[in-house]
Amino acid sequence: MSTRYTIKQSGESRSFPKGDAFLAGASKDDADVIIHLGTPLAAAPDKAAVLIELGTESLGTHTGEKEGEEGGNVLGFARYRNGDDAPSQLIELVCQPRTAESAIAAARAVFEAAGFTVVVCSDQAGRIIDRLVRPKYNVALRFLDEGLATAADMDLTCRLGLGYPDGPIERVTRGGLAHHHDVTQALFETYGTATYAPARRAVVAAARRKK
Amino acid sequence: MGAGIAIVAARAGFKTICFDTSDDALARAEKQTRGFFDKSVERGKMQAQERDAVIGNLSRSSKLDALSDCDLVIEAVFEDLGVKKKLLSALDEVCAETTIFGSNTSTLSITEIASGSKRPQRVVGMHFCLPAQLMKLVEMSPGVLTSDETFATAWAWTEAAGQKPVKTQDKPGFILNALLVPFNNDAIRAVEAGVASPADIDKAIKVGLGYKMGPLELVDLVGLDTQIRLCEAFYPITLDPRAACPPLLRRMVAAGLLGRKSGRGFYNYQGGAMFGA
Repeated sequence: MSTRYTIKQSGESRSFPKGDAFLAGASKDDADVIIHLGTPLAAAPDKAAVLIELGTESLGTHTGEKEGEEGGNVLGFARYRNGDDAPSQLIELVCQPRTAESAIAAARAVFEAAGFTVVVCSDQAGRIIDRLVRPKYNVALRFLDEGLATAADMDLTCRLGLGYPDGPIERVTRGGLAHHHDVTQALFETYGTATYAPARRAVVAAARRKK
Repeated sequence: MGAGIAIVAARAGFKTICFDTSDDALARAEKQTRGFFDKSVERGKMQAQERDAVIGNLSRSSKLDALSDCDLVIEAVFEDLGVKKKLLSALDEVCAETTIFGSNTSTLSITEIASGSKRPQRVVGMHFCLPAQLMKLVEMSPGVLTSDETFATAWAWTEAAGQKPVKTQDKPGFILNALLVPFNNDAIRAVEAGVASPADIDKAIKVGLGYKMGPLELVDLVGLDTQIRLCEAFYPITLDPRAACPPLLRRMVAAGLLGRKSGRGFYNYQGGAMFGA
């Protein structure tokens, strides 16, 4: 299977910042896999796969939806990144109910050839990681407000007790509390559950950013 | 769990009595403890002489009276408020007024447990992590009536035992389980919602966040039935929807899929196939 890809880019990509090796590895000519980084989705039914970089929005925002029958050769993706941290090696590949298996395989081949680890998920808000970790960061921030323990002790507990490389407070703070606000606000708008409502400290950070 | 805590204490040089009402359980714990220290010697982590000295610090009894001279009693009995309160009440009759009672509860309120004793000021939360003989963390929580002196003494003992204490309030799950149990439930709900396969959820968490183990691998390890018990301990107290037991978890347990111990949970440990695949 071909691992050649063409990039169509406008502006800075969160997945592949300026200077990222993946940008340099793109073909100059028209490859079988097209990757949109900030450019509008353009239908290309003759291509093996068309990929579009996602932020907090659903893939359906770009493709439109058809009562659960949507899907074709277009996939969404995001390289997981904790806010302002450097991007990880994880690519979350977003599919729709009728996404072609051949398109998934073509997308996977491109990213794996570039050294990334690929996971496949359905087109649901937060994909895998943000859906799972943002509520945990919210709770940790609430615990801090309520005085359950100090930030240092919460982080130490997670490192020593669970073997995490970093604790929730240090991680969400390092990634940016305003960024956490933006991600949780988007999740909250979609799911409507308090679990995703931005934590007070994230609201404060977002308010101060706007000043 | 109690055997692991006893190893921590004995290894630090404290004379340690392992108490259990069952002689068989004591014999099993003794065998496991000897096995642990023999392995430590084999791996060069400990000299044979040291092992013998540490084992010499340990004794066993199925009679509560044997604890009469203890300065500190750490209970790790079944996670049931009534059982723990009854034990403290019995210890009141046996131990000196100055004895500190530590509770290894992971979910129950220290204050409620302490209400079983006539001296709640001498009761403190000391939650060790599994396996206690390897994990350094101890979550320490004062109950409403725990005295500063009791807390400070228990804290100093924990440090002297080579452990790393962290202070938390007396709230359900303290820090560790309050963060972990709902997180694991969220991962189970993500499987149920068709977000991704268990393998891809675990892979995402490990590669994206650097965790050593994915949440579904962890639930398989601790047992799906145990996860239900944790939900049942937390949800009625916190009313946190994330702590409520996911329906998929109940269905899997009803089907006999308990995780590693039954050979199948989110993963199949006989054939490597995935649940739902």
